[in-house]
Amino acid sequence: MSDDSMSLRQRLRHARFWPMLWKEFIQIRRDRLTLGMILVLPAAQLMLFGYAIQTDVRHLPTVVLDESRTSESRALVTTLMNSGAFDAAGTVPDRSAARRAIDEGTASAALVIPPEYAREIAAGRTATVQMLVDAADPQTAGAAISGAQLGAQARATQIIAQRVPLANPLEMRVRPLYNPAQRSAVFIVPGVIGVLLTITLTLITATAIVRERERGTLEQLIVTPIGKTSLMLGKLVPFVIVGYVQMTVVLTMGWVVFRVPMAGSLALLYLLTIPFIVASLGVGLLISTVARSQAQAMQLSFFFMLPNILLSGYIFPRMAMPVPAQLVGLALPLTYYLKILRGVMLKGTGLAELWRPTGSMFVLALLLFTISVRRFHKTIE
Amino acid sequence: MTAVAAHGHGPTVVTDGLRKVFGDLVAVEHLDLTINRGEVFGLLGPNGSGKTTTIRMLCGLMAPTTGRATVVGFDVATEAERVRTRIGYMSQRYGLYDDLTAYENMRFYATVYGLHGRVRDERLEQHMLDLGLTERRHQLAGTLSGGWKQRLALGCATSHQPEMLFLDEPTAGVDPAARRDFWASIYALAARGTTILVTTHYMDEAERCQRLAFLSRGKLIGLGTVDEITSQFGQPTIEDVFIALQRKDEGVHA
Repeated sequence: MSDDSMSLRQRLRHARFWPMLWKEFIQIRRDRLTLGMILVLPAAQLMLFGYAIQTDVRHLPTVVLDESRTSESRALVTTLMNSGAFDAAGTVPDRSAARRAIDEGTASAALVIPPEYAREIAAGRTATVQMLVDAADPQTAGAAISGAQLGAQARATQIIAQRVPLANPLEMRVRPLYNPAQRSAVFIVPGVIGVLLTITLTLITATAIVRERERGTLEQLIVTPIGKTSLMLGKLVPFVIVGYVQMTVVLTMGWVVFRVPMAGSLALLYLLTIPFIVASLGVGLLISTVARSQAQAMQLSFFFMLPNILLSGYIFPRMAMPVPAQLVGLALPLTYYLKILRGVMLKGTGLAELWRPTGSMFVLALLLFTISVRRFHKTIE
Repeated sequence: MTAVAAHGHGPTVVTDGLRKVFGDLVAVEHLDLTINRGEVFGLLGPNGSGKTTTIRMLCGLMAPTTGRATVVGFDVATEAERVRTRIGYMSQRYGLYDDLTAYENMRFYATVYGLHGRVRDERLEQHMLDLGLTERRHQLAGTLSGGWKQRLALGCATSHQPEMLFLDEPTAGVDPAARRDFWASIYALAARGTTILVTTHYMDEAERCQRLAFLSRGKLIGLGTVDEITSQFGQPTIEDVFIALQRKDEGVHA
């Protein structure tokens, strides 16, 4: 049974890494919590983030106080409602009722058209209309304000055109690229892949290693001839496979449920996922060397998840962040992976355009993995 | 057995000035020990006397601060890989996977020790039969009682037929009948030429060992057969020696 007399093939087949892998998959299959996280998490995350996160605020419930009660005022209401920013939530008899509707939260906006509205327009003077907006949530307020201004301008243009039959001197044509319908899901779903992989590869991997330490099996393994590398690979590779399965599930569901496109090369996306996996495993391994219990490993993983969700550009645009927050974001592998995911899936870009985030992610992966492997080796000595 | 015959003669364990220090605490102080082939050797001492630290150094789980030790002819510090394939280790915590069945645990460790295919499967069948584990083979290790767990742990540590077996308090928390069965298995292994080092708290177990080493506060203070040690300390039984030592230790502490 001397190792020297074995051929390479024999050595590969007899590598002590395989029993680790075999054992790990039996354990994953039998551990309901982990299995649940692996299977349910992708679907839950996708539905949660895909449906719930609507950064494009539309259809704000709006009450109307039309004191003018003319065809002119009804035309204005129709124009505003047709813009999609507002939804009619009924009419109110007076100003205090309009205010109450916003106070109670039944309406986000109230449109107040004064009695002289139609008369002013007919006389060629500037008519004034008021829009009350619930600005407690700045995002809602922003949508309401721009919706009101655009609607009013549209109506003003119509009125002018009725008076002076002249061609519009200027028209801005905005062409939204990559996500022309501007649906949030298209932007969010690629990010779900990155967030899911982060959870699986850090949290689940870290707890799986810490569990071995807690139960004394890690010590038992170190006494065997398994070797540090086989031990580590046997512990990490199963979750790489799990990660790829999750990624495939999200890609498929995102395509079927949310019609998220796949503009670029699927093969390239899977390939560029490798450095991200290595980086995330590095973090998972690092957490496992610090945490003394599974509960601690979980806490540390969540602590790591928070900046990932907030600062990577997953939901909130990084450009809008203060500089320190942007700098923290630069240290997160997810920041770069998101650029790759969105680049490949939505813009159809290739390596030529993505070399910058790819390179940064590579460096980060190398750094994280080297540090954590060193630490891991130290802890098992 | 074959594994035993494969390697040369001479003692299985030799330690030479073995020492381990944790910060200010000297866990093991200049230990010189020789354990012969096929011997059942007991390591005794109160808690904190350095038993577990010694066993951990001999298994390659911990590097000695100074001094050296050879196990089955190889240096534990520089030839750890060679040592590992030839020894078995059963810890106080058993090192079993609760969510694997008895057979899966045995199969896993056997494969890690380099057994494959039919050789492995046949040996495991025999091994389970010897240990009386056959009928429990499909039971999850986590649901086994203490005695069965202990037997399974022994099975996992010995399927590769090690030349040297380390047992760190193997019978803690196990009922007397299971302990008796366990010792029958230990003697069977020793009869086939396996050298055994066992640490224990139980005096009846200590008396089952062919030779004993008494450790107190990291120092070797007694070595020999049961009779040699009792006469050396002028006590009627090993238990009396133990109690006398513990009193002395506590006196020093206070």
